[in-house]
Amino acid sequence: MVQRSIWERLRSWEVLLLVILLVTIVINVSQSPVYASVGNIVNLFQLHSEKIIVALIMTFVIINGEIDLSVASIMGLSACVLAALYEAGASVPIAIAVALLAGLVAGAFNGFWIAYVGLPSLAVTLAGLIGYRGIARILIEDRSIGDFPEWFDHLGQQPLVGAVPLALIIFFVFLAIAVVVLQYTSFGRYVYVIGNNAEAARFSGIKVKRVKMTLYIVSGLLSALAGILVAARLGAVRGNTAEGFELDIITMVLLGGVSIFGGTGTLTGVGLSILIILNLRNGMGLANVTGNVQTSVIGLLLILSVLIPNSARDVQQFLRRRQLLTRPPDTKVKKEDATQTT
Amino acid sequence: MTSIKRYIHPDQVRELSLVVLIVLVVAFFGTQIDGYLSGRTFNRISTSVAIITVVAVGQTLVVLTRNIDLSVGSIVGFCAYFVGTQYTNNNAIPPLLGVGMALGVGALMGAINGLLIAYGRIPAIIVTLGTLAIYRGILVDFSGAKTVTTANLPDWLSSLSRVNLFTIGDVEVRLMVALAVVVVIVFQLVLRYLPFGRRLYAIGSNPEAARIAGLPSRRIVFMAYVLCGALAGLAGFMFLVRFGDITVVAALGMELQVVAAVVVGGVNIFGGSGTMIGAMLGAVIIGTLEQSLIRLNINEFWKDGLLGLFILIAVASDTVILNRLRNVWGRSELKLTSGADAGAAQLPEKAKR
Repeated sequence: MVQRSIWERLRSWEVLLLVILLVTIVINVSQSPVYASVGNIVNLFQLHSEKIIVALIMTFVIINGEIDLSVASIMGLSACVLAALYEAGASVPIAIAVALLAGLVAGAFNGFWIAYVGLPSLAVTLAGLIGYRGIARILIEDRSIGDFPEWFDHLGQQPLVGAVPLALIIFFVFLAIAVVVLQYTSFGRYVYVIGNNAEAARFSGIKVKRVKMTLYIVSGLLSALAGILVAARLGAVRGNTAEGFELDIITMVLLGGVSIFGGTGTLTGVGLSILIILNLRNGMGLANVTGNVQTSVIGLLLILSVLIPNSARDVQQFLRRRQLLTRPPDTKVKKEDATQTT
Repeated sequence: MTSIKRYIHPDQVRELSLVVLIVLVVAFFGTQIDGYLSGRTFNRISTSVAIITVVAVGQTLVVLTRNIDLSVGSIVGFCAYFVGTQYTNNNAIPPLLGVGMALGVGALMGAINGLLIAYGRIPAIIVTLGTLAIYRGILVDFSGAKTVTTANLPDWLSSLSRVNLFTIGDVEVRLMVALAVVVVIVFQLVLRYLPFGRRLYAIGSNPEAARIAGLPSRRIVFMAYVLCGALAGLAGFMFLVRFGDITVVAALGMELQVVAAVVVGGVNIFGGSGTMIGAMLGAVIIGTLEQSLIRLNINEFWKDGLLGLFILIAVASDTVILNRLRNVWGRSELKLTSGADAGAAQLPEKAKR
């Protein structure tokens, strides 16, 4: 009974997202003649390709009932490691490898405290948010490091296949992997089960700690990859590279109907919400809305994405209760039912 | 040993170890920096700590109820800028009205948070992550890329930060520092003796139980956010007084320092335990580290790394060490009570979790 109502809610949520998406696209098309061009569509994705890669793993983490606030700092950390090593004379491939390793270690560090010591993920990744950013700043201080080899910048800035740049190809590859893992493997089921009830999952023999650890390691690794892609796209790295990206990433996931309490959510929803956010930002950009106002709108969207389903459920419950109360008194059993669901 | 256990609670061990840590930190910097142990250093650090402390007190109210407020940095920045602009336009605004405006705007922003969290039942982390961006965005929009400068502010306002209450040797206790201490004491008393304070703990320890026991949980959480916002507004006024020049990035990222201070100060991030004194000590450590590392001639960028490490150590020690300590205390308390009056099944107060 409860499960079906959640399922119904999700279904209707995805339909709602689709409607919002269509409305945004229609408004964008009518507002700007540039919008519908191929160049703008690629641009729309490319400017945020790193964020949407991280949003994929963030979906897993949040469905699992945890959160990772440190992703943007790990992105910054890996970019700074890359830049610092390159500046010190290392070749770019080696620098990339070390940067990925740094992300892996950072993710494993988060995962260790959360999965094996049992600390709240909010506190650990908040510490990570500050700490990893701190390490990034220690590495390159207030300088800006650029002048990467041409092929590296090209990977970030030039289209690779047709009009599609490397970062987007990486995104679609990971999207396919994420869909398969979440929908069709036992690991994906474990992620949902743990998010629903970690205690029950542990008693039914699921290795909860290992699943959580894996998620945080992958989260660190993908964030590091995203950080490298940012460096390639911008062609320069600063201490504040990717700062504040966690707001967009978490908004994408939650707007997609993934419950912050874990256990529910689909990649379809997240995909739709990614498209909505990208279209909104693109449309606002074309309409000359400043970055800060854009961020405000995203923040508002984040709040609404939880407020709307909450109040919809309230109204639903209120209507059901009134329906039950107005019935003749022989439906006593159902009344008890109603009080239990409140 | 048992007699010591009777007089000292685990939470007081926490506060004592913080005091020891502060002494160690100060001693360390004393050996590293010439002329560190002086009145000037105290003045400099204490003014900075005062602002963080006031915000941390508000944050503690919220964290006690198992919530969090990440938007405080934006509220501080907005109030500082807003009040600064009002004074730039009209130098004749009386001081109390200025403070009142800061408190009012802050309380309004806190009320929006509280409304969405307590009555809209949206998780605090979502709401305040959103309003963190929204309030800052409103500030940028409101400012029109202008800045508040000291030259346009009334004289009394810019000199307020140097007003001394009293002086011991060359240690000056400034008005702002005294204000922060008063705020800490008042809210510590509120937590200790008023029903409102006790209810904050009750809600944080077990929200469901608090609701079933008939506490008006929503109203109390709402009030906690309003107070948190108002205190952030007050801190915004102090920020304006201290710096004078306010840009749109004022107090950017302060929420991290404040959460760090609160968590280091032993306020449980899962709610239900912690004190204002602890939060203040946490703010002192964070502020001392921040201000001292700048003067130490190594890399000033170490600050953030250390801050993150401190949160982690604080949370880890809270979960691992304090739980063990509490168990030891709980057991000895049980022994004592079962020996003295066998019938009373007095549960150890801190043995939860």
